[in-house]
Amino acid sequence: MKLTKTLAIVAMVSALTLAGCSSDDEKDASLLDGSLNGASGMNDASVSGLGDGSGMSGGRFGANGGKYGARGANGLPPEFSDPNNPLSKRTIYFMLDSSQVQQDFVSVISAHARYLLANPSQHVVLEGNGDERGSREYNIALGEQRSKTVAGMLKAQGVSESQLGIVSYGEEKPVAMGHDESSWELNRRVELAY
Amino acid sequence: MNVFKKLVLASAIGMCFAPTVNAEMSIEITEGIESAMPIAIVPFASQGTPFDVSSVVDSDLQRSGYFKTLPPPQMPAKPTSADAINFPDWQAAGQNYVVIGRVIPNGGQYTVEFQLYDVANGSQLLGYRMSSPANGLRAVAHHISDMIYEKLLGKKGVFSGQIAYITTTRQGTQSNHKLIVADADGANAKAIATSIEPLMSPAWSPDAKRIAYVSFEHKTASVITQTLATGQRESVAEFPGINGAPAWSPDGSKLAVTLSKDGNPDIYILDLGSRNVSKLTKNRAIDTEPAWSPDGRNIVFTSDRGGKPQLYSIPAQGGEEKRITFSGSYNARASFSPDGKYITMVHADGGNYRIGVMDVNSKAISVLTSGPLDESPSFAPNGSMILYASRKGNTGYLSAVSIDGKMQQRLVFDSSEVREPAWSPK
Repeated sequence: MKLTKTLAIVAMVSALTLAGCSSDDEKDASLLDGSLNGASGMNDASVSGLGDGSGMSGGRFGANGGKYGARGANGLPPEFSDPNNPLSKRTIYFMLDSSQVQQDFVSVISAHARYLLANPSQHVVLEGNGDERGSREYNIALGEQRSKTVAGMLKAQGVSESQLGIVSYGEEKPVAMGHDESSWELNRRVELAY
Repeated sequence: MNVFKKLVLASAIGMCFAPTVNAEMSIEITEGIESAMPIAIVPFASQGTPFDVSSVVDSDLQRSGYFKTLPPPQMPAKPTSADAINFPDWQAAGQNYVVIGRVIPNGGQYTVEFQLYDVANGSQLLGYRMSSPANGLRAVAHHISDMIYEKLLGKKGVFSGQIAYITTTRQGTQSNHKLIVADADGANAKAIATSIEPLMSPAWSPDAKRIAYVSFEHKTASVITQTLATGQRESVAEFPGINGAPAWSPDGSKLAVTLSKDGNPDIYILDLGSRNVSKLTKNRAIDTEPAWSPDGRNIVFTSDRGGKPQLYSIPAQGGEEKRITFSGSYNARASFSPDGKYITMVHADGGNYRIGVMDVNSKAISVLTSGPLDESPSFAPNGSMILYASRKGNTGYLSAVSIDGKMQQRLVFDSSEVREPAWSPK
């Protein structure tokens, strides 16, 4: 996974302890992989103090930073970009107010399960998302439920837990910007990020 | 009679070096109270001063909704010293109070003096002298506004405080998220963290020196604490799954957070000294959005254990969990008033999400707003107003409503999505 770090380190970076308290020994491989993206600190963020005048010399970085599964550009085989192949579909949609997958996408999940079974070293992160209604942290929890639903369906078909990572973005990463059911429906989704 | 009390503003001044954010903000009063007090802030005498102190005081008081300030062109005179005030003129102009002042250069510093008079009897109610460097004059102005507000209304002003909020600008599939800290009037807005991945849930420490927030900068969630004065930040929770909804204990030593590392989202207490986490709620449903009661005894949180999200309370040391909201199909994201007597929350009954406030004793909920999508309410440090995020059409606003619902203000930004406001506790 390549990363272009154009990070001009700000003065306070040395004080960071980003390793924090990841003491959980069950931390799964793909989550660790996610953390490694930023192991040297903040590939996707810059910070600034209000008082020391050092400002934000970090600028903007990581614009293409290691987005897993950058839509076929990440060494994925050609079937991922063949529109006739279910592997080209990597967004799963859900029923209204529910973490139940829409029927049309059950076969898409099965195709991904077969691919993951055939490629046991392949990781995928299941990114859960929700619509904008209600409170933001509660929506993070709902997004995680959707990710776990998809994870459960993959595991039921034999995919190893170690191949799966889960993250919920709640309502923070909408793909449809409207404020009605037609947009909300598109935002209640899980993206499979290889 | 001139009675000056000397007051030096030190800590309030001089944290102004980070780059200023482009998003311009203005504040509109969308609903004011009829009994606003007439007050004249006479332009202060100032020779060559770099900053217009009196106009900031004027707009602070006007914006509060509790005062009706007299525009300078309508003033009968522009006195700058006590003996030049002719009180009958101000009475004739319908004013209850008049404020005069002077800004005097004083060897690199500035001395600011002001006096507040009761027009009816000509008595001086306040008189202060302060000194400040040029870049502290805005803070001095807000401090003067706070003193006038407290003298005339009997409760602390909130003009010197700061607000934190999140903005997002989107271009195609790229987005840029900022955690911003600004003065309560929107001035001096500075990004304290910027990321192409989402930032969420800013929460002020009780001493207002640090902010905890959620960052997805590594494409997983982590809870960060950041010291404002230095920018120093630490990742304090980055377990697998959700790391979210940080809430400071009243003594600042702990965070209540939401973690899902053991399966489903539960409330945990994170000791910031030892970094130990202990699980507080153990329900199989979603438990999230903890809020500490100001006395530190209880934690109120959102849970959907009954089907829909409602507020529950648990002793902070652990114990019996009790549901505390019973009206409305949706109650979430609780936040206590500083005196602990009220809880504000996102409240829905049907499809509209509005700001509610609950009397903790009676459990009665009043709905204060009328939006379709109002969220993230929190109290001003004097308990008089609730700051929240709202939306009209495609534009996001920060808004404030008085706890009786009678007064509303809207903080208007020029562009980006703006949300999750939090008023500094001091």
